Amino acid sequence: MTTSTDQELLSITLADGARRLRDGSVTSRQLTQAFLDRINATDEEVHVFVTVTGETALAEAAAADDLLARGDATAPLTGLPIALKDVLMTKGVRTTAGSRMLDNLVPPYDATVVSRLRDAGAISVGKTNMDEFAMGSSTEHSAWFPTANPWDLERVPGGSSGGSAAAVAAQQCIASLGSDTGGSIRQPASFCGVVGLKPTYGRVSRYGLIAFASSLDQIGPFTRTVEDAALLLQAIAGPDPLDSTCYDEPVPDFSAQLDRGLDGLKVAAPQEFFGDGMDDDVAATIEASLDLLAANGAVIDRSPSMPSVPMALPVYYILAPSECSANLARFDGVKYGYGARGGESMWSDMEATRQHGFGREVKRRILLGAYALSAGYYDAYYLQAQKVRTLIRREFDRVFAEHDVIVAPTAPTVAFKQGEITDPYQMYLNDIYTIPANIAGLPAISIPGGFGADGMPVGLQFVGQRLDETTLLGVANAYEQIARWPTTPSSNVGST
Amino acid sequence: MPSSDDTQFTIEQVRHLASLVRIELTDSEVEEFRSELASILSHIDALAEIDTTDVPPTNNGADLLNVKDDDASRPSLPREQIMANAPQREDDYFRVHAVLDQS
Repeated sequence: MTTSTDQELLSITLADGARRLRDGSVTSRQLTQAFLDRINATDEEVHVFVTVTGETALAEAAAADDLLARGDATAPLTGLPIALKDVLMTKGVRTTAGSRMLDNLVPPYDATVVSRLRDAGAISVGKTNMDEFAMGSSTEHSAWFPTANPWDLERVPGGSSGGSAAAVAAQQCIASLGSDTGGSIRQPASFCGVVGLKPTYGRVSRYGLIAFASSLDQIGPFTRTVEDAALLLQAIAGPDPLDSTCYDEPVPDFSAQLDRGLDGLKVAAPQEFFGDGMDDDVAATIEASLDLLAANGAVIDRSPSMPSVPMALPVYYILAPSECSANLARFDGVKYGYGARGGESMWSDMEATRQHGFGREVKRRILLGAYALSAGYYDAYYLQAQKVRTLIRREFDRVFAEHDVIVAPTAPTVAFKQGEITDPYQMYLNDIYTIPANIAGLPAISIPGGFGADGMPVGLQFVGQRLDETTLLGVANAYEQIARWPTTPSSNVGST
Repeated sequence: MPSSDDTQFTIEQVRHLASLVRIELTDSEVEEFRSELASILSHIDALAEIDTTDVPPTNNGADLLNVKDDDASRPSLPREQIMANAPQREDDYFRVHAVLDQS
């Protein structure tokens, strides 16, 4: 279906694309059209896009080509097609957060990351599917449709940013943005065999990100390479007067350490990240990665113990639902989104709005949060969780006093089959290794780390020090250059 | 699911929570959520065993306090774009049921 030239274009990176657009060997229109054709050919199988913005993408590509032809394309991502998780507000483009509640929302403004990507010259091809309001680990809890894993269409792509991860793996765009509250970038990156980065909490503005858990949410990139993750982070990071939780720190050159190598690197592999619950195939793959790191000069230290880390999951399932029960109170059926009418009173309309507008997972978390915050339980649940959060942060600080990075698996399993996990808590266990970085506010990245059962991708996770994405990206790039795992399924979807 | 945990969480509690968060639930939803919340809470209860004496709570993800905005005016969003998303409107007002009782 696709020609070899198209195939070559589809596997391009942001870094290569930027070079080739400037040397004139490809145009933004060619690139954008190739990805739109690819979406057209594959999305009936993968089900990534809630909205495709083909017309505006091609118009923006034409404008980018004019700039490039005049030699005026100073913006680093000029003419490069990307996709956006449907939780990011896009001016004039329907934004649903995967929920019936926002079926008809057309935002009057752009999220800060969206306007920054626009300023950087990137072109959005559309909005990607997700678990409703970013609550889930499989992208099965979208109000619209489940997204498939491009490596095996019967499996889930992970979640909640499953659409953005699958889009990159299925070569429907060069890169994408997702959001990560407890692993929602890293776990789907692991399941789909691509790179996924959660920056330090406060590194990237959350303005225009439809809020789930405000003390944990962070926006970050999905890419094919670590180099591209650095480029995309460069475009979206930095202080924003519209987000008071954004660090007012200068943005470093995130690519500065990409060639650092592994020599003498002090890597902690804390015991609590290598315990029960990990499938054997994942464990074997991760062990092989640790051997590879050691063989290339890194010093792996398995002695650190972080006894509070197993508590990160219960802490998360108090804090995140509590924050979500407050954040989602705004969906009252009055100002925007779905609004039931015809009840006996304002209250009955509001209760019907929230009954029909929210899906089961969202309702369950709102109820759980309301419980944890209610009189008589607040101290035992919410306050205790905040205190244990402090203990977890301290344990990370202790490990980072003597190590450069922490290495861990991203997820305890490879991608599971659609419909396989029905128990809510079993689903929550997917995020057991990713949640600790959110609780501590630290940057963390999942990169392809080999293959487990049935040839499915396994993600390798590195956690870095607060605001030190530069070292994190350098270490991840060093591993990537040595391991060189493929980031796209060899038997491509859409090839039939 | 362990029945001992199930009994800790009652139908009445679920109904009360649902009324607090203004979500209408069917009878079958109430029972399903009761069972699921009981199960989730049984896993979370381990938190109580952690000694947090003299440990201060972490309130936010970054260690930022009292971040202030410039005290300067800036344009608001256009009214029509805001109102265009209203489920029900009357001119430039959001239309809802009467909030106050007429009697």
